Amino acid sequence: MRSFRYYRAGDVPGAVATLARERAGAFLAGGTNLVDLMKVGVTEPEVLVDVRRLTSAEIEDLPDGGLRIGAAVTNSDLAADRRVRHRYPALSQALLSGASGQLRNLATTGGNLLQRTRCVYFYDTTTPCNKREPGTGCSALDGRNKDHAILGASPHCVATHPSDMAVAMTALGAVARIQGPGGERQIPVAELHRLPGQEPQRDTTLEHAELITAVDLPPLPFSPNSRYRKVRERASYAFALVSVAAALQVRDGVVRDVRIALGGVAHRPWRAWKAEDALRGGPAAEDSFRAAADAELAEAEPLRENGYKVPLARNLITRMLLELSEER
Amino acid sequence: MSTITAPRAVGASLDRRDGPEKVTGTARYAYEYRFENPLYLFPVPSEVARGRVASVDASRAEALRGVVAVLTHENAPRLADTSDRELAVLQDGDIAFRGQYVAAVIAETLETARHAASLVRVSYEPAPHDVDLRADRDDLYAPERVNPVYPTDTEAGDFESEFSSAAVQLDQTYVTPMEHNNPMEPHTTVALCDGSDLTLYESAQGVTSVRQTLARVFGLDRDRVRVVAPYVGGGFGSKTTHANTVLAALAAQVVPGRPVKFALTRQQMFCGVGYRTPTIQRVRLGAGQDGRLTAVSHDVIEQTAKIKEFAEQTAVATRTMYAAASLRTTHRLAALDVPVASWMRAPGEAPGMYALESAMDEMAAACGLDPIEFRIRNEPETDQETGRPYSSRNLVACLREGARRFGWAGRGARPRARLDGRWLVGTGVASSTFPALRLPGSVARISYAGEGRYIVETAAADIGTGTWTTLAQIAADALGTSVEDIDLRIGDTTLPEASIAGGSSGMASWGSAIFEAARVFRGRHGHDPSAGDRAEAAAPDNPDAGKFAMHAFGACFAEARVDVDTGEVRIPRMTGVFAAGRIINPKTARSQFMGGMTWGLSMALHEESLVDARFGHVVNHDFAGYHIPTHADAGQFDIAWVDEDDPYVNPMGSKGIGEIGIVGTAAAIANAVYHATGIRVRDLPITPAKLLR
Repeated sequence: MRSFRYYRAGDVPGAVATLARERAGAFLAGGTNLVDLMKVGVTEPEVLVDVRRLTSAEIEDLPDGGLRIGAAVTNSDLAADRRVRHRYPALSQALLSGASGQLRNLATTGGNLLQRTRCVYFYDTTTPCNKREPGTGCSALDGRNKDHAILGASPHCVATHPSDMAVAMTALGAVARIQGPGGERQIPVAELHRLPGQEPQRDTTLEHAELITAVDLPPLPFSPNSRYRKVRERASYAFALVSVAAALQVRDGVVRDVRIALGGVAHRPWRAWKAEDALRGGPAAEDSFRAAADAELAEAEPLRENGYKVPLARNLITRMLLELSEER
Repeated sequence: MSTITAPRAVGASLDRRDGPEKVTGTARYAYEYRFENPLYLFPVPSEVARGRVASVDASRAEALRGVVAVLTHENAPRLADTSDRELAVLQDGDIAFRGQYVAAVIAETLETARHAASLVRVSYEPAPHDVDLRADRDDLYAPERVNPVYPTDTEAGDFESEFSSAAVQLDQTYVTPMEHNNPMEPHTTVALCDGSDLTLYESAQGVTSVRQTLARVFGLDRDRVRVVAPYVGGGFGSKTTHANTVLAALAAQVVPGRPVKFALTRQQMFCGVGYRTPTIQRVRLGAGQDGRLTAVSHDVIEQTAKIKEFAEQTAVATRTMYAAASLRTTHRLAALDVPVASWMRAPGEAPGMYALESAMDEMAAACGLDPIEFRIRNEPETDQETGRPYSSRNLVACLREGARRFGWAGRGARPRARLDGRWLVGTGVASSTFPALRLPGSVARISYAGEGRYIVETAAADIGTGTWTTLAQIAADALGTSVEDIDLRIGDTTLPEASIAGGSSGMASWGSAIFEAARVFRGRHGHDPSAGDRAEAAAPDNPDAGKFAMHAFGACFAEARVDVDTGEVRIPRMTGVFAAGRIINPKTARSQFMGGMTWGLSMALHEESLVDARFGHVVNHDFAGYHIPTHADAGQFDIAWVDEDDPYVNPMGSKGIGEIGIVGTAAAIANAVYHATGIRVRDLPITPAKLLR
């Protein structure tokens, strides 16, 4: 691990201004991912700007009935919040299915959104990786890729986004509030993360020195009927093979509205727009749930070792919708 | 043989004597010894799997403040004996596997050493490498023997004719992956070179063995090498002497007078400190309509490193498990450009019994028999390989007692018959076995300290098993005194030599030496000794060793629940019943069995070192990628043993229990998953991907 400078700014504008002046720097919050990446030499920032205490650690009610989550709210606190558990259960469940208790106590909302892929080649500095060293090639494309993407990948990168929380936020229509050198802006979480395309080194649409200060959860009448389900190779403390977050509103046997996002299948949390479109106005029945899942997965392009993710995602979406439709 | 006839301390469920030190953090492990001015070592691994080091540019590393030296094959001290190429560290520029140490940095801090290591620029002359284990290779060869000294192939009766004429036949191939030992404490050395004396604080499974190896490799008199290892955070076969220890000692020679600290990172644990070879195992079974086996064949293909052969004894357990008119076993190796394979908990038995016991489950179904009844029907009278009687064999008792405890009665044979919510539920059983081994080369010294207290010394190891407690129990009974009066000293080469903690042989080997020393002590000094009286004795050869086949046996039962939509597997409960001679300490024994069974679960569902053949190394080389069970994966354990009075194995009547727990577990789980789902997974681990339909 090489030496770096460490700053603790007095406020958000100060932190943004400090990092904006640096060529190779990063914000530090919980550090649960960044510090690991620095230890193994994947990331070598010259400067760390500590924002742990700069953004809000509170969850506030918004006038429209939504919630504003400060970027410094820990994963543990967010998962345990009574309002989140009752109004957005998928989010609480997603958080609790991620990492371990110790990590959740340290990891923040902003940092969780920005954690980087767990592709083994990204972590191994002795192998080519376009995300780590642009232009060197993608080792996973023809390598060991059981954990990799089936949707939206490019020949340059087949990595997946590892967050559970972000999948639930994507389904629930959350909006990230950003402060950068050019001022404030808002980005839907569904548009925060990118597909790899030609630039897999860019995980998100954030510009240099832009800081996530909060995440807004909009009011969604049927979000209490939401869930998160994660499939992994052991019972705890593992990244998703495939996960699904969904919210469903059924009236008189008809799907009035629905939100679905998938984890573990793409370079970003995958909002299942096609499945949602196929479901709205249709019968709340197993056949149509499965058909909607198939519609979403029609363009899946499995690699040599991850073909199982297609039936897994299909089964998971179908079962999740069935369970949500049975409860209401 | 004289034996402990009236055990008092032996058999008592004592707490670990070192428990308070361990839970309060005062038990000192190798890295924790305190020194003035220590230096730190960090290696540079090869980034090619075969070839030569063309040149090393260490200038950027050497320019870093705090860097003391950069070792390369051009400047490292010469070793006296480089015949063991695994240990010929930095002696030439040849590269035999990816990850081999090609340089190393010595620095004032760990952070500096690590950063400097990343700045060392190594140029390679790469050569094509080959790390592909396949059954259809044309260069497979038969080793002279398999680990440690078993015959490579055996054949009794006419297998081909018996198999071809069998009424019921099974011919299946089972595959197990490469797996890596990962003790909680990584391989660690603190090496100090003082004049011609070399002292190592080492995380080792046997200090005597490390001393012997280093004395030979460095050309030092044995008395000039001291190895200290009172506490070891797990070994599981991997903590014999590997390149890391030699590298630390080489570094110490470069900076005489200053201790050099070297602990592997978790990622570094996946290269160069041993692993379990992947295997491809063809099992053929033939039986009559009555369910009696007439033909058993177990043909194994595995890998070895080109630079040093390790031939795992995968099919050896098959030689003793079941009666059959014909029985044949073979082992073939592919020599590859890979790190040296080594022992990993129950090397041979664990992968071999996964294959055999899966095949037995398949064969029971083919014969229309309950798996327990099928095994009982094929119980041998004598050892199939040697023709010797068993010193004791209670497999059938384990199967019956296990069935009773587990609630096996009434289990339907039909697979995929039980659905609980969205969970398919099934149960499975498998047998376990492990040889009752005793290694030569253990000596114990007993001294009377006065006031009723005895000092018992031998260079044995406690790698987490409970030796500090159990050897004291043996000493107490051997001397006819109480455990509280035993002052045990182990884990240091200044003590009388002792064999390695391996092959589940520790208690039998060290205990026999202590028993003999106590016998000599009492014979010489009586029951009312004077302070300073002492006796030293080596464990004598076992006069019964050639007369009997000596093995522990066991039965493992598992319940599997498999999510019908996702293929997730959960094991809510397991039962293990073992017949392993006299149990010296039920509390530590239970931990051994449970640890073994948990690892069996890990083998069944989780562990797999993923090699990328293009690069030649393990790519999932950390605990995010290489899974072992969490607490949430380990359900209820019901562990028991059947009483066994075996006067032939050793004076304690004990059989090793460190490894048998893992042996049958993977097959029991695979069989339970089959019963739950109707899907027979013949390649481990059993992941959701293999169960999705």
